[in-house]
Amino acid sequence: MNIPTDLKYTRSHEWVRLEADGTISVGITDHAQELLGDLVFIELPEPGRELAAEQEAAVVESVKAAADVYAPLAGTVIEGNEALANAPELVNQDAYAAWLFRMRPAAVGDLDNLLDAAAYQEIVAAA
Amino acid sequence: MRVRPFSASGIHFNTFLLRIDTMQKTVLNEEHRRRGARMVDFGGWEMPLHYGSQIEEHHAVRGDAGMFDVSHMCAVDVRGSDARAFLRRLLANNVDRLQLPGKALYSTMLNEAGGVIDDLIVYHLAENDFRVVINAATAANDLRWMTARRDEWGLAVTISARREGEGALAMIAVQGPQARQKVGQVLPECQPACAGLKPFFAASVGEHLIARTGYTGEDGYEITLPAAQAVSLWNRLADAGAQPCGLGARDTLRLEAGMNLYGQDMDESVSPLDAGLAWTVDLAAPRDFVGKTALLARPQRYGFLGLLLIDRGVLRAHQQVESAHGAGEITSGSFSPTLQRAIALARLPLAAAVGDIVQVRVREKLLAARVVKPCFVRNGSILV
Repeated sequence: MNIPTDLKYTRSHEWVRLEADGTISVGITDHAQELLGDLVFIELPEPGRELAAEQEAAVVESVKAAADVYAPLAGTVIEGNEALANAPELVNQDAYAAWLFRMRPAAVGDLDNLLDAAAYQEIVAAA
Repeated sequence: MRVRPFSASGIHFNTFLLRIDTMQKTVLNEEHRRRGARMVDFGGWEMPLHYGSQIEEHHAVRGDAGMFDVSHMCAVDVRGSDARAFLRRLLANNVDRLQLPGKALYSTMLNEAGGVIDDLIVYHLAENDFRVVINAATAANDLRWMTARRDEWGLAVTISARREGEGALAMIAVQGPQARQKVGQVLPECQPACAGLKPFFAASVGEHLIARTGYTGEDGYEITLPAAQAVSLWNRLADAGAQPCGLGARDTLRLEAGMNLYGQDMDESVSPLDAGLAWTVDLAAPRDFVGKTALLARPQRYGFLGLLLIDRGVLRAHQQVESAHGAGEITSGSFSPTLQRAIALARLPLAAAVGDIVQVRVREKLLAARVVKPCFVRNGSILV
């Protein structure tokens, strides 16, 4: 199972990357895309939207299932990845390259509350 | 990320909650695992959902040939001097339409209230010898029902399920424009009997029953054979280029073909007349059958039509439909790999007609969809 060590994770299978400018990129993990299968539709959050931690932010739909993607921490949406609108399969091809949305966190320190790769690995293994 | 509960596609699929230890397995189970299948619970059976990409498997069937393990379905032999009389009274379609040996008939089996206990195919093998193929999840209930009716009517009929134990059968569906050619290559001994086989006919060759039937909207065969021979046939078909396909592709293929799925598009609470199955119910003949009185007393109340989503999104079962003529509900919906957009089967007000624009409630939004005939794709061609 591909779980990069330079990312943070949520129990609900989102990955989070802290960018150099203090914003975060959010996507779903390789494990999550494998569970869902071929993705066919992605609904992205509008820029400027204020989100609480664990609030529904995006929807990813495969042929078989629809899933909510949650904001990993509180903050403001900067942009959704419009490249995915016409090519949702990019998430299946490389889940860690295909970010869904970027946020400016209300408090960067909140990142410390997220899981590291080892802790996320345990959750996947237990599932 | 959390998977939405409605997306588990009716009562059958449970992709994310496995009950491996208690599930039943077909004789091909090990083969599916060896080929990397994602296994899921389908009506209490552990079956392949896909072997990597559901969409690629779907396209393989539309463009070339795919094969499905459908051994979870239950073949039932109905034999005896009263076999025809029994089925004539048991089924909503008229078994007297089966006069030529090998002919197949699609039918529903109804309860007294006119609700659908199951849908099935009955093959006429010989006089006094019929083969009925019923769904996996409903099999036990069906067999109880059939046996009870036989006893109640006092008919000379034996009812033998052929799914387990001695005489157990397996079923492999090979579907797609190249399916028959590949089967001919792998089973040359069947070629003489199969070469002239018309759609909805079956031929018995040795221990194989080869039927030109299917659940994909493509040409092909459904092959029933002794369970012990299934792994060999499966692997020879794979070597001939038939793509192993899971139940995921089977669902999108049947949806594109406008074919109903039991438990989703109809069940015991739904009249076949409200599920687009009036063509399978013979009310004209003077014969009596279970449910006939109820159907005559309660004519069709809903239309059963297709929806083609105009806006972006994915249609799913149980989404509500708003039309100029009143409310409706999607019974099956998904993304169509052939049309590259969402499609659905829906129960709509009787006045709703092909060409209408309706609104579908998807989460907090209303999305526009066009009403179409409920057959989206047939033999590789888009019909809507």
